[in-house]
Amino acid sequence: MATEILMPALSPTMEEGTLAKWMVKEGDTVSSGDILAEIETDKATMEFEAVEEGIVGKILIAEGTEGVKVNTAIAIMVEEGEAVPQTGAATAPVAEAAPVAASAPAVAAAPVAPVMDATPDWAADVPVKQTTVREALRDAMAEEMRRDEDVFLMGEEVGEYQGAYKISQGLLDEFGAKRIIDTPITEHGFAGIATGAAFGGLKPIVEFMTFNFAMQAIDHIINSAAKTLYMSGGQMGAPMVFRGPNGAAARVGAQHSQCYAAWYMQIPGLKVVTPYSAADAKGLMKTAIRDPNPVIFLENEIMYGKAFDVPVMDDFTIPFGKAKIERSGDDVTIVTFGIGVTYALKAAEKLAEEGIAAEVVNLRTLRPMDTETILASVRKTNRCVTVEEGWPQGSVGGYISNVIMQEAFDYLDAPVINCTGKDVPMPYAANLEKHALLTTDDVVDACKKVTYR
Amino acid sequence: MSAKKTAAKSNVSAEELLGHYREMLMIRRFEEKAGQLYGMGLIGGFCHLYIGQEAVVVGLEAASKEGDKRVTSYRDHGHMLACGMDPKGIMAELTGREGGFSKGKGGSMHMFSKEKHFYGGHGIVAAQVPLGAGLAFSDKYKGNDNVTFAYFGDGAANQGQVYETYNMAELWSLPVIFVIENNQYAMGTSVNRSTKSPSLWERGKAYGIEGEEVDGMNVLAVKEAGERAVAHCRAGEGPYILEVKTYRYRGHSMSDPAKYRTREEVQKMRDERDPIEQIRDMLLTGKHASEDDLKAIDKEIKGIVNEAAEFSKESPEPALEELWTDIYAKVEA
Repeated sequence: MATEILMPALSPTMEEGTLAKWMVKEGDTVSSGDILAEIETDKATMEFEAVEEGIVGKILIAEGTEGVKVNTAIAIMVEEGEAVPQTGAATAPVAEAAPVAASAPAVAAAPVAPVMDATPDWAADVPVKQTTVREALRDAMAEEMRRDEDVFLMGEEVGEYQGAYKISQGLLDEFGAKRIIDTPITEHGFAGIATGAAFGGLKPIVEFMTFNFAMQAIDHIINSAAKTLYMSGGQMGAPMVFRGPNGAAARVGAQHSQCYAAWYMQIPGLKVVTPYSAADAKGLMKTAIRDPNPVIFLENEIMYGKAFDVPVMDDFTIPFGKAKIERSGDDVTIVTFGIGVTYALKAAEKLAEEGIAAEVVNLRTLRPMDTETILASVRKTNRCVTVEEGWPQGSVGGYISNVIMQEAFDYLDAPVINCTGKDVPMPYAANLEKHALLTTDDVVDACKKVTYR
Repeated sequence: MSAKKTAAKSNVSAEELLGHYREMLMIRRFEEKAGQLYGMGLIGGFCHLYIGQEAVVVGLEAASKEGDKRVTSYRDHGHMLACGMDPKGIMAELTGREGGFSKGKGGSMHMFSKEKHFYGGHGIVAAQVPLGAGLAFSDKYKGNDNVTFAYFGDGAANQGQVYETYNMAELWSLPVIFVIENNQYAMGTSVNRSTKSPSLWERGKAYGIEGEEVDGMNVLAVKEAGERAVAHCRAGEGPYILEVKTYRYRGHSMSDPAKYRTREEVQKMRDERDPIEQIRDMLLTGKHASEDDLKAIDKEIKGIVNEAAEFSKESPEPALEELWTDIYAKVEA
């Protein structure tokens, strides 16, 4: 049966090409793998091979012809003893071009639209205990490890050293070296191994001594952990937690002082958690470990030693996507997360002295983000200031401002101000570092500005 | 490469030889068809063909048992066919259709099958190496005797994460077989232009990992080495490295004109070392099969591949709603 040989697409972007040279002539017998012609694409000159055996019946496009469109018949192959059909009448055109018209943009479908939920994290009659953020994180991991054999902790100095920041204190004694695993200093490698273990059905907690070192591992966090569920059509994903201190500590210089919240918040497939208090840390960590998706859990070294009320309950969890109003007010909304909440609360106190009532929204999770709570607050106060330690360009606050502009533009009485860290690498000198960091006064000033005081 | 000849072992049955022949031929015909569909614009983007390397996966799959895992790079069609994934689902993924293994959302480089323990399909060179060690970690943690085959190329062998993984895999005695498919070219850079190491598997010695070089054009030699590696891992002795010397006949991807090597070099390999021809010769000279028997197999495989190609054209493109699914796994209440 005669078959048309079509001009092939030989690169991802090729639409037409030059038939530079025929390497066969009419009447030649060819077998699979023989070169039929040389074709110049937009990138290179390619050899075009025969895929099946046959006889070159007729050459339809002369060599040297430029601008030959992909899928144009360039020759007709026949079988032995078969007559060459008239041009264009080959009985079996191999196939039509794929109907690859660009899909129409899908209707806007916000991936997650949390409904505002103002119920308290625990009932008023539940007893509480003063607990540090450090202890709360440890307790959360221990409770979940008791609950589920598949949960394990891996990282540098998490075992025998009891944690570089003592977050895993006591865990090796309780769970043993099989589940509390000291790694060599090799973030890229162990993040990949942990992700593979998650594919294999386990629930790893990966501790980065600080998130600065996770830059060595970010390919596995994003390309391997966050994208696999999608790439596999839902067949397999990575139920795991990447945790560790994030942001500036104190006097540790540029390479150890960076906030990664905005980086990870951008990635579909990741969930991003930024606890403030010990109760946040405990309730959100337990939720993170149970979540079937990769979770980035951004802690803060300065907060580890701070104590807060934590409810004494058998199983205390906080759902993702539920912000907490840390302080109510009618004049201005301060939206923040993590250590930013401390600045916001101090600022609110100062503002109160001047008769300005600020409402402080602690986001707790950045992805999913409780935009409903932000919007409800802004519709009440008509003014908003965002607070974060990270840099201004591509910031969390920039995204929030955009959401407010899209959803509550008519409610705004002033432009939103983003309070951020200064747009510089972190300096070492004490006086310079102080200026590079966000301060309570920055927040106070911004709130006064949006309230025109 | 040495032209080491492994004679057909007396203990290799006709049935086994025919099995290898059939599986290798399936990969080759499938890949030829994929190349054809790419030329017709039905497959887009990157498409990396496995033609020439068939003996590697067929030999190693023959050394594996149910429950063993495998993970590889973006040159993954052969691995999927060899572990028993349906050619229709693979081809339909190549054409980006609903009937593909990833519902059209992964493409040539990103396919997975939980059922066949195939963990992808990874597009970042060497990322699959720690992932493979992690899969092995999960089996060791659970206390079963499964092993994981982590395939990567001579190009990936120069990535730092490979050595981070070697170190931890040996430290923790993980049951992982590192399979270096040394096809001699990392895209356009020959091994000799990328390293002065005389061999790649020997780098494992620095971490205490045993290994060996294997003639990757000889499926029986690959299977034999695979059995040694598997036995080592199952015995709890930690990882093992197989540097399988192989050759890809086609360019790195569809748009690679392969000007970095001569046509003669490729032709010589095809004429003298082709893995399928070697088995074909054994079958014929050993009178295990007649020309007609083999023709019948060829015809049958052509039929299966054509059916896969038809399916990949007829299967519809994924529904637009699929854009928004599978980003997050549902949290159980």
